[in-house]
Amino acid sequence: MGQSAMSCGEIAGGPAVASTDRIVQVEGLRFGYPEGDFSLGISAFEVRTREAVAVIGPSGSGKTTLLHLIAGIVRAREGRVLTQGVDVGGLDDAGRRDFRLRHIGLVFQEFELLEYLDVLDNILLPYRINASLRLDEAARERARSLAERLGIGDKLRRLPRQLSQGERQRAAVCRALVTAPALLLADEPTGNLDPANKGRVLDSLFDCAAESGTTLLAVTHDHEVLGRFDRVVDSKSFAARGGSPVSGSAP
Amino acid sequence: MRGPLHLAWRYMVHFRVKTAILVASITLIAFLPAGLNVLIGESAAQLTSRAEATPLLAGARGSPLELVLSSLYFGAETPETSSWAEAIRVSESGLAEAIPLYVRFRARTQPIVGTSLEYFDFRGLRLAAGRAMALLGECVVGSRAAERLDVGPGDTVISSPESVFDLAGVYPLKMRVAGVLAPSYGPDDEAVFVDVKTAWVIEGLGHGHRDLAAPGADRAVLARDGNRITANASVVQYNEITPENVASFHFHDDPASYPLTAFIAVPRDARSGVILRGRYEGGEERMQIVQPIDVMDELLDTVLTVRSYVVAAMGTVAFATLATAGLVFMLSLRLRRREIETIVKIGGSRLGVATVLASEVVVVLVLGVALAALLTALASRFGSDAIRAFLLS
Repeated sequence: MGQSAMSCGEIAGGPAVASTDRIVQVEGLRFGYPEGDFSLGISAFEVRTREAVAVIGPSGSGKTTLLHLIAGIVRAREGRVLTQGVDVGGLDDAGRRDFRLRHIGLVFQEFELLEYLDVLDNILLPYRINASLRLDEAARERARSLAERLGIGDKLRRLPRQLSQGERQRAAVCRALVTAPALLLADEPTGNLDPANKGRVLDSLFDCAAESGTTLLAVTHDHEVLGRFDRVVDSKSFAARGGSPVSGSAP
Repeated sequence: MRGPLHLAWRYMVHFRVKTAILVASITLIAFLPAGLNVLIGESAAQLTSRAEATPLLAGARGSPLELVLSSLYFGAETPETSSWAEAIRVSESGLAEAIPLYVRFRARTQPIVGTSLEYFDFRGLRLAAGRAMALLGECVVGSRAAERLDVGPGDTVISSPESVFDLAGVYPLKMRVAGVLAPSYGPDDEAVFVDVKTAWVIEGLGHGHRDLAAPGADRAVLARDGNRITANASVVQYNEITPENVASFHFHDDPASYPLTAFIAVPRDARSGVILRGRYEGGEERMQIVQPIDVMDELLDTVLTVRSYVVAAMGTVAFATLATAGLVFMLSLRLRRREIETIVKIGGSRLGVATVLASEVVVVLVLGVALAALLTALASRFGSDAIRAFLLS
């Protein structure tokens, strides 16, 4: 994927990231929720910088959990998860939050926009929830520019309930990209969209990621869209490559 | 800190009805006890200031409270009447000056207070327009009474019959307004003041009619017995006292027996007051003499006891309201669970989320308490006027 004028570069601060062509490296991972019988084992998994990777697999196979491990939302019990060369699991809570905020963008299946904020405020949410990011005019301009690029530039003052499903997901994509993350993690980004909106959101997602040089790792059940990714990984292969089979059910 | 505050503010603005209800609840529970204290305190001050300014009040034996409320506050109570002779007795004792009060009649809703000119000096009442009453049949009206009756100097006020069906009862008297008093912010503002003799004319104890000894008055004469002339029903009685007919007004019987509601006794000194009170202590005495402040203090003790119950009840209501507000907040947390999770996933801290939620609580509390403080300030500023209006209405 090429770099374009749209790329804003990464925001300074947080733990030092390594310059590596492997933005995600998972080694000998073992994970389980304390309150459940689910466990996930991955011997090796990696994503190269600027690659667009889709992870497919049956429900409960740990796809979403993998995204959470890479983002540092949860910690592995064993093994290492290196994101941009940083062992995210080795960071404390504040460090992982800060890392996530600066280097990772998250897109959810159900958009997860805050209903009481207008589109612009939703896009700028990362700046509102963490004092380590400075909400300045450049950030606002980046938000407006992204919204314009994704076709919702004229809806910045609207509330989420005043948008179509596709527009909501595009607003969520803007929120994920507004901090110019190196890695975009998308969990079923088209799961709630009709075919027309699905195409438009994916176009936006891929175009923006390509233009800003952002690596895209998406979990999906939608086989129609797999052709757009550089690589498709079946979650079943985690075990096939030497990891423990997935058991139980994951979120 | 600006971020969480911004989010809290946007949330509250978006859910403005819920926010308004919470703010209103906090305002009420913060204002009611404070406001009630201010208003009750102001009421007490209003009531006691007038009572404090009245050293002694004498009237027929009976309920002291009824006597005080009727004579000082011109209430609708009708205590037993005493007599003009009692007032003369006190005056002639040299112990105190007696200011008569006869409060029985009304001009529409305004009390007509029969008294003497000394009353105006005693209460420190000033004229805003016109002059003091000088003739029988003239009146001076309080500021509010003038507004309500829509009268000024030169206009007339008519006393109201006590019952429209009582043809033999009190005859309405048209009285000329001599002056209007400046506001004193007390019951005097509501009153129509007349000389006590005018009040007796309204009562029918004095009257004026065509001179039956004049030529051409024979048709109105029923019988003659020396100087005694008995009129028949055709005699023309005057329902207005004018300079032309004032000479025809006269009183029958002994004026000493004429009624008074009470009289204010202004002792020459403290010792005279004690002696005077002692004279009315006897069990055989038909009269009572009271210190109005004692009577009002007794009334206020009762009011203040009730207040403590009300405040206790309000405390319970406040607790219940706060508990309900807390429950609403906890329920909203459950409803916002996904929102909180999203913020945390994106990179917000639990502390940041707690700051957003705490900001909402603090803003609601601050707004509620600020509004309550504003209302309390308004109650302090305008409460006395409101209380006066309430007490006088």
